[in-house]
Amino acid sequence: MTLLDSLAIAWTALRSNLLRSILTTLGIVIGVASVIVLVAVGSGARSEVERQIAALGSNMLVVFSGSSRVMGRAAGAGTDLPLAESDMAAIRDKVPGVVAISGQLNGSGPVVFGNNNWTTTISGIHADFATVRDWPIVSGRDFTPQDIRGTAKVALIGETVVKQLFPGEEPVGATIRVKNAPFQVVGVLGTKGPSSFGRDQDDLILLPMTTARGQIIGKSQVQTDQVGQIYIKFSDGTDLKEAGEDIETLLRQRRRIQPGAEDSFSVRNLAEFMKARTEVLSTMTYLLAATSIISLIVGGIGIMNIMLVSVTERTREIGLRMAVGGRSGDIMRQFLVEAVTLCLIGGIFGTVLGAAAAAIVANAAQWPVLISPSVIGLALGSAAITGIVFGYFPARRAASLNPIDALRSE
Amino acid sequence: MNVHDRAKVDEASVLRNRDAGSLLIRATDVSKIYEMGEQTVRALDGVSLDIAEGEFVAIMGASGSGKSTMMNLIGALDRPTSGTLTINGRDIGALSSDDLADLRNKTIGFVFQQFNLLARTPALRQVMLPLLYAQPRPPDIEALARHRLDQVGLISRLDHHPRQLSGGQQQRVAIARALVNNPKILLADEPTGALDSKTSEDIMALFTDLNKDGITVILVTHEAEIAAFAQRRIHFRDGRITEDEGRGPASVLAGGAR
Ligand SMILES: Nc1ncnc2c1ncn2[C@@H]1O[C@H](COP(=O)(O)OP(=O)(O)OP(=O)(O)O)[C@@H](O)[C@H]1O
Ligand SMILES: [Mg+2]
Repeated sequence: MTLLDSLAIAWTALRSNLLRSILTTLGIVIGVASVIVLVAVGSGARSEVERQIAALGSNMLVVFSGSSRVMGRAAGAGTDLPLAESDMAAIRDKVPGVVAISGQLNGSGPVVFGNNNWTTTISGIHADFATVRDWPIVSGRDFTPQDIRGTAKVALIGETVVKQLFPGEEPVGATIRVKNAPFQVVGVLGTKGPSSFGRDQDDLILLPMTTARGQIIGKSQVQTDQVGQIYIKFSDGTDLKEAGEDIETLLRQRRRIQPGAEDSFSVRNLAEFMKARTEVLSTMTYLLAATSIISLIVGGIGIMNIMLVSVTERTREIGLRMAVGGRSGDIMRQFLVEAVTLCLIGGIFGTVLGAAAAAIVANAAQWPVLISPSVIGLALGSAAITGIVFGYFPARRAASLNPIDALRSE
Repeated sequence: MNVHDRAKVDEASVLRNRDAGSLLIRATDVSKIYEMGEQTVRALDGVSLDIAEGEFVAIMGASGSGKSTMMNLIGALDRPTSGTLTINGRDIGALSSDDLADLRNKTIGFVFQQFNLLARTPALRQVMLPLLYAQPRPPDIEALARHRLDQVGLISRLDHHPRQLSGGQQQRVAIARALVNNPKILLADEPTGALDSKTSEDIMALFTDLNKDGITVILVTHEAEIAAFAQRRIHFRDGRITEDEGRGPASVLAGGAR
């Protein structure tokens, strides 16, 4: 008896109990679907986190003003002493390994070009900003130190702003109005995509720090040398933990913070923060994995149950097959093939269902959908293994029947 | 031509077969004992029996006398509790279950009272079934199955499912299935038990033809008319042989004259 014969027999048997076969496979469908979702969403989310970490810029620390208990509080919004140009200079001079450093002072407001109007984030930055954040300029040029010193009225604009203000037009060289002041667009930033909090990182324009501080970002609130957050890029191989401690010591000295008192600023390694999120993700992954294993086991027990019913119902048929020369091995294989076929059918439906679910989740979360052939292989493989494991007992029961007893059975 | 005439006409050819035939089945002091809790049932109690190639044997006896038990042993479906049973030179008691399966597949064709056809399966596939289990598989099993269905007169019913066939036709399909692997022995346990007398006679005529072609036929029946087709009639009672009519050339003639 060839595998093909066994398959044909299995198919006939399953088709003659179509509804029962379909209901039986439901557990497997769910199990396999969750395997697909698990791997597709898990790896999609992971690759997204990795992208976000890369988008942050490598070897980078960020200094926020405000105590570490309140993450990301807007600079200058509270009573905390804001970070200043002098802090930046001190960090550059005193902390070893600094490659590039830039402030980022955030505000927001309308930007106008021709008839197009768009409200966006307006950030004042220093000349090193693009280097610190690993953020390429895709057309035009970066700011020069002269732009910063000379409070030049120039702007770098993000991809989203390009789309909103310059549909089908060349932005570099154009003059836009930012809060009613004219600025010349000198360059366009490369695409970063959404941040880990879902914020569109490409929806911004960058102005020289001096210009932004003087004219654009809520003048009344801004002190003369305020810089917002400070982004610092270190050379490869720098111990970021040590560098962070150096910055903390330095800033505590400069601010004369008493020993034991809390920092009025915080130093963050955002990449580490992201990695912690990845670990949360792994926990989720384990949970999903447990779900799929449990569904496969429950599904498998369903398969075992129905196969046992099938063996009982078909005892006479088994007896006949033995009487005309079927060996125990043939009978065993026939029922195993049947269980595996049942599971694989469930597996195929589960794959389709899982792929659809993964696509929906990934679409909602704006993750890439990762459904590779190996994921499908894994899903169908686990279905097949479920079939073999849970089909084994019923198949062995069928194979160990005595031909006469089987033939005599009602 | 009545049943007895037909039996007589066939005697000559059976004799020819018998003369050419060598020993095919030998039972020596075979017992089959079922333990049922306290009770032991001696379904067969020391049966000794020789059947030569080409014989046409009817096994008769009251209900519960051990006929089916004997058939199942000859059919290699079961092993004796004691004694030895040799089929085509092979000791049933000593064979592995795979070897028994092989013997059932190649040497023995079994026909049952209840036909035992597969549900929802066309006749052609029913007949192909034993060939699917044959090792090695003969070439073109479909042609072999078709040929056997032709032989039993069902070439026009290849695609019919059991439910679309009459009882007699179903039994013919079962016979074609029993014959498809070219067995030496055709065993039939009350093959006409579920059929009317006309259909029974047709089936018996078919067995007679097959026997003339050289196949050894052993059948169980309660009916004397059916048994009359056979040259040899073995009677069972309480698991023992009480009478063995028509054994050997001389007794065949004697049996026929009775
Ligand atoms: N599996 C079994 N377990 C216990 N006893 C059995 C079993 N099979 C047969 N017997 C007993 O063995 C005896 C012979 O049974 P067998 O089936 O051979 O009778 P039979 O001659 O074929 O009868 P019938 O004409 O009714 O078919 C009976 O008493 C039966 O009850
Ligand atoms: Mg019987």
